[in-house]
Amino acid sequence: MPEGYLAISIFAVCAMALPIVLLVAAKLVRPSAPASTKMEPYECGIPPVSDARGRYTVRFYIIAILFVIFDVETIFLFPWAVRFKQLGWFGVAEVAVFLAILIVGYIWAYKKGALEWV
Amino acid sequence: MSYYTAQDHFVLVPAIMLALFGCAVFLFDFLIFPSPKQRKYLLFFLVLGLVFAGAGLWQQQSFLMSHGIPEITAFRGTLTVDSFALFFNWIFLAASFIVAIVSYRYLETENEHHGEYYGLILLANCGMFFLATGTDLITLFVGLELMALCFYIMVGFLRGDKRSNEAALKYLLLGAFSSGFLVYGFSVMYGLSGSTRLREVAISLATRGLWDPLVFLALATTAVGLLFKVSAVPFHMWAPDAYEGAPTPITAYLSVASKAASFAFLVRIFLGPLAASREIWEPLLSAVALATLTVGNLAALSQTNVKRLLAYSSISHAGFILLGLIAGNVTGITGVAVYMLVYTFMNLGAFIVLVALRRKNIIGDDMDDISGLMRKSPAHAVLMLIFLCSLAGIPPTAGFLGKYYIFLALVETQHYVLAVAAAVYTAVAVYYYFRIVRSMFVSETTDKLPVASSFGLRLALGVTGVMTLLIGIYPEPFLRLAQSTTSLVR
Repeated sequence: MPEGYLAISIFAVCAMALPIVLLVAAKLVRPSAPASTKMEPYECGIPPVSDARGRYTVRFYIIAILFVIFDVETIFLFPWAVRFKQLGWFGVAEVAVFLAILIVGYIWAYKKGALEWV
Repeated sequence: MSYYTAQDHFVLVPAIMLALFGCAVFLFDFLIFPSPKQRKYLLFFLVLGLVFAGAGLWQQQSFLMSHGIPEITAFRGTLTVDSFALFFNWIFLAASFIVAIVSYRYLETENEHHGEYYGLILLANCGMFFLATGTDLITLFVGLELMALCFYIMVGFLRGDKRSNEAALKYLLLGAFSSGFLVYGFSVMYGLSGSTRLREVAISLATRGLWDPLVFLALATTAVGLLFKVSAVPFHMWAPDAYEGAPTPITAYLSVASKAASFAFLVRIFLGPLAASREIWEPLLSAVALATLTVGNLAALSQTNVKRLLAYSSISHAGFILLGLIAGNVTGITGVAVYMLVYTFMNLGAFIVLVALRRKNIIGDDMDDISGLMRKSPAHAVLMLIFLCSLAGIPPTAGFLGKYYIFLALVETQHYVLAVAAAVYTAVAVYYYFRIVRSMFVSETTDKLPVASSFGLRLALGVTGVMTLLIGIYPEPFLRLAQSTTSLVR
């Protein structure tokens, strides 16, 4: 076992050393002529206008919560789909009950206007 | 292999009814009864749901009695209906019913009357069913979260009230934190035993040594989570704030039903998987119980808000119930059951009087609001006196019976120090309960508004008052019921 790790650790050391060596070598060799166009993140395309961590409306949280619910729903549906044949009609009934409960919640959220962008 | 047998269904009927009616109330709220005047039909559906769940429980109870068997298991050991589960389920149903009927008037006064409230009570009750009946770590945890999530919403139900919002947020954060501890302990238990069934976990934890560090880790983290839920010191900080800010009926529900469910859960875990490490948890729990009694009683002395005072008093009652578990013999577990039953009615009653004091423009939970109640409404004042006497443990009220069993169990098992400490704190408790009594009977009234009244309030006060006196004066049938729960002790 240890000899296998030796090769990996040599590789890891080389992998870490290589970019440092290259960056330092480039810094030493290249001429320094900064310009404003050179500082832009994209060579072509639209320059970014604001901070990526800007504030956005709190209304998204309801959408996020609804997303989580249906996300969890799929987590439960996938194993059922995999074992569909073995579970038979019992599985269908069970999933129907599960979906019915979720749909009650969905109708409730819909009627309460959770999906309206007011 | 059959996934869902008739027996499984039989055990699950109360939970199905609670969940079904809970969902129905959510839908009916806008589909059939959209007008605010029709909220009483939702209340009716809630009561109907409780009746159906109660019918299911009754069938289970009579099945157990007629066949003379100790328990019915379902889903290959995931759920177990025994006398213990049934006893606690009856408490939950009674508490839900009483809380729901007093809420109607209260929510109207608060101007926050929404149909969801009744649905949430049913779903919380459904969670409690699984807490009392579950014998599987996953089932118990899901039941706990179902109950707790409903409570987070209900505590913050007064959306315009800063205190309610603060209470809900504190309760949510600390509740989620404690659930994390609990489920970590469960994961260690599962890691040690390879099973989530309490019985199998108990067997494999018992085969490991007493001082196995992993068993201790499971014990410590599980205990922290559970003691959080029953608001035992030093994990009680959320309780006074949550109790004070929540709508008063929900404070009552939280302090009674949630606590009863958490105790059912705690007793099942401590007498099940952790039974073998009793030598380790007994001194730990004794220290916790003593600290709970000390902090609960001493902090209650200086409160000027009656709701907050009752919150601290409910912390100290949790200490008393823990003492029953520490004694751990048949008398002790009977004591836990009796105490929980008695506590349900007397504590609900005391909070309902506060609910009645909530009127337009008067919050009614300050010591000044209750002063001179005797002049204004003698019936309420006398009932409050009965509830407070019972909370203090003065015979012939029911509270005496609960305390009697706890003390008896402590003396039987030679826990003399704990017994003496508990007795001393009972005397302290009399002082702060009688501060309220003095305020009611001696002081002058500060407002002229009559006490709120509705059919629900009168019925709830009547039921709690009668039960508080009845259990104290004629305890035999209740004791027999409570003694049947002791099959958990081996």
